[in-house]
Amino acid sequence: MSNATTSVPSGLDAGGLDQLSPDVRSYWQMVGFRLRHDPVTLFFGAVILFVILAAIFAPLIAPKDPTLTSMIDRLKPIGYKDYLLGTDELGRDMTSRLIWGARSSLLMGLMPVVFALLIGGALGVIAGYVGGKTNMVIMRIMDVFYAFPSILLAVAISGAMGGGMLNGLISLTIVFIPPMCRIAETATTQVRGLDFVEAARATGGGTGSIIVTHILGNVLAPVFVYASGMVSVSILLASGLSFLGLGVAPPTPDWGLMLSTLRQAIYMNPIVCALPGVAILITSLSFNMVSDGLRQAMDVKL
Amino acid sequence: MTDNAYVARVENLEVKFVSRESTTKAVNGVSFTLKEGEVLSIIGESGSGKSVSMRALMRLLPSKAKIGGEVEVNGKDVLKMSGRELTRMRGKEVSMIFQEPMTALDPVYTVGDQIAETVMRHEGVSKEEGLKRALELLEFVRVPSAERRLKAYPFELSGGLRQRAMIAMALSCRPSLLLADEPTTALDATVQIQVLILLRKLQKEMGMGVIFVTHDLGVAAQIADKVAVMYAGRIVEMGPVRDLLRNPLHPYTQGMLASTVHGQDRNTDIEAIPGSPPDMRNEIRGCAFAPRCKHATELCRTTEPPETSPGEGRAVRCHLVSGMTGAEQDAPAYA
Repeated sequence: MSNATTSVPSGLDAGGLDQLSPDVRSYWQMVGFRLRHDPVTLFFGAVILFVILAAIFAPLIAPKDPTLTSMIDRLKPIGYKDYLLGTDELGRDMTSRLIWGARSSLLMGLMPVVFALLIGGALGVIAGYVGGKTNMVIMRIMDVFYAFPSILLAVAISGAMGGGMLNGLISLTIVFIPPMCRIAETATTQVRGLDFVEAARATGGGTGSIIVTHILGNVLAPVFVYASGMVSVSILLASGLSFLGLGVAPPTPDWGLMLSTLRQAIYMNPIVCALPGVAILITSLSFNMVSDGLRQAMDVKL
Repeated sequence: MTDNAYVARVENLEVKFVSRESTTKAVNGVSFTLKEGEVLSIIGESGSGKSVSMRALMRLLPSKAKIGGEVEVNGKDVLKMSGRELTRMRGKEVSMIFQEPMTALDPVYTVGDQIAETVMRHEGVSKEEGLKRALELLEFVRVPSAERRLKAYPFELSGGLRQRAMIAMALSCRPSLLLADEPTTALDATVQIQVLILLRKLQKEMGMGVIFVTHDLGVAAQIADKVAVMYAGRIVEMGPVRDLLRNPLHPYTQGMLASTVHGQDRNTDIEAIPGSPPDMRNEIRGCAFAPRCKHATELCRTTEPPETSPGEGRAVRCHLVSGMTGAEQDAPAYA
């Protein structure tokens, strides 16, 4: 081919590229640029980072043992003695419990979404790409699960399998698979019919490489954005399960469980009782806001 | 290359789309040959089977399509190829340019990545080498400031540049046969001419065979060596571009030429061919064009016209041709 071009440049490291490069940004540079100029997303991103760090370093930063009870110091208000955020109904330090509680909340918020993303996403892409009967079988099964309200389905599955963190995780994963699958299926069906998929086949691409490069490349963005929005829902649902006694077993600190046990003391010490709820609110709100910011930053067409 | 040096040889090609409701016979017995360095333009209205017969050359049709007849590319039987052989052939020996440059490029990868992908796939080179080749290719198809375009996403380019990028991608492995499916239809007139001239030039430089599908006679006149006119899944007339456009023999070709603007008086009406093409789901008896043909006789409606050769390199399927050759000169000369 080079014989046809008059001046073959020495490659990509040619000096000419430096002059032209300032107005060209790669995709991720562009996403980074947009995020840097979005203070709201940055703020809530920092909050999430703070929660994640608290969860990881809980043993180091928690001032007390989260399971250590005290018969004397029960339901003390904020700032009592060295209890920064008061104590719960068994005299355990709220600060430490909230920090430790971030672990299970984040785990229950992220893991079901990740698993559902993998399973539901794969099913959706297969259903969308293969189409026909395969599509019908997969999507009708998803519709069966879709027919139930998510919280009801999670409670039903957890209730049938019994409490505990693992069962809660499984039930939430099952709850999130249908919507993920549907999003992936919709995106795949849209992409599959486009000319560039045929163009890829026309240049010798096999089914596998077409799915991996062209289908996934286009399906990932909408699915990913949707999944990041599901994290807050997952945190709420997980808290709901714990609140109903179907999630984490006591005495493990968990925001939903704490809210459930402390609600009996709501007239004695309402502010301390509200703290786990506030933690849930802030975390899920932050995930929602960051998800929104990511969607805007990652939109190619903007 | 074999002795006859045909880049493509299609013999009695038939394509049927079988679905639950009906069987659509999109292509019924199309035959043509294409030599190295030759440009064949297939003309026909929507649904005449031109795109389908071209996709059959690469077996790029959905699985419900049943292909019959013989299709040879570079002497190899395409219809007997395995999946692996097919993917090896596509993009390397035969490649294709699509009609819509908007959708034919993947929006999430840069132009350079997409061209490099094809090069890497067929030549097994590294990514850097692929990108370097992509840059050369972009320059080869006269894309201005190619380094910058290499890193551009398709949505950042204009239609003409995108089509050039598509052409670069199609030419990346020096195919011996290029299939162009109305590559200029979606472009505006000035860009259309640029792309046509470029294609013609590249074709001459590389000496490849090109099958150019279009419904624009002007485009065909610009680029083709020979022209095949398709109607209802058959080639009704074929011949060297000059002869065919100056002296069309088939009433359909004549009607098509008469319905174009070519410097006639201002206030004369442009002639249109009455009626519409037949429904391909039905069995067609006789000449498919007979219901719309003003010269149709009883014979036309009952028997399918055989292929006759009225002149050097020409072929036509019409009962009237033998008695009509030279007599029917009222059709205007074109180009």
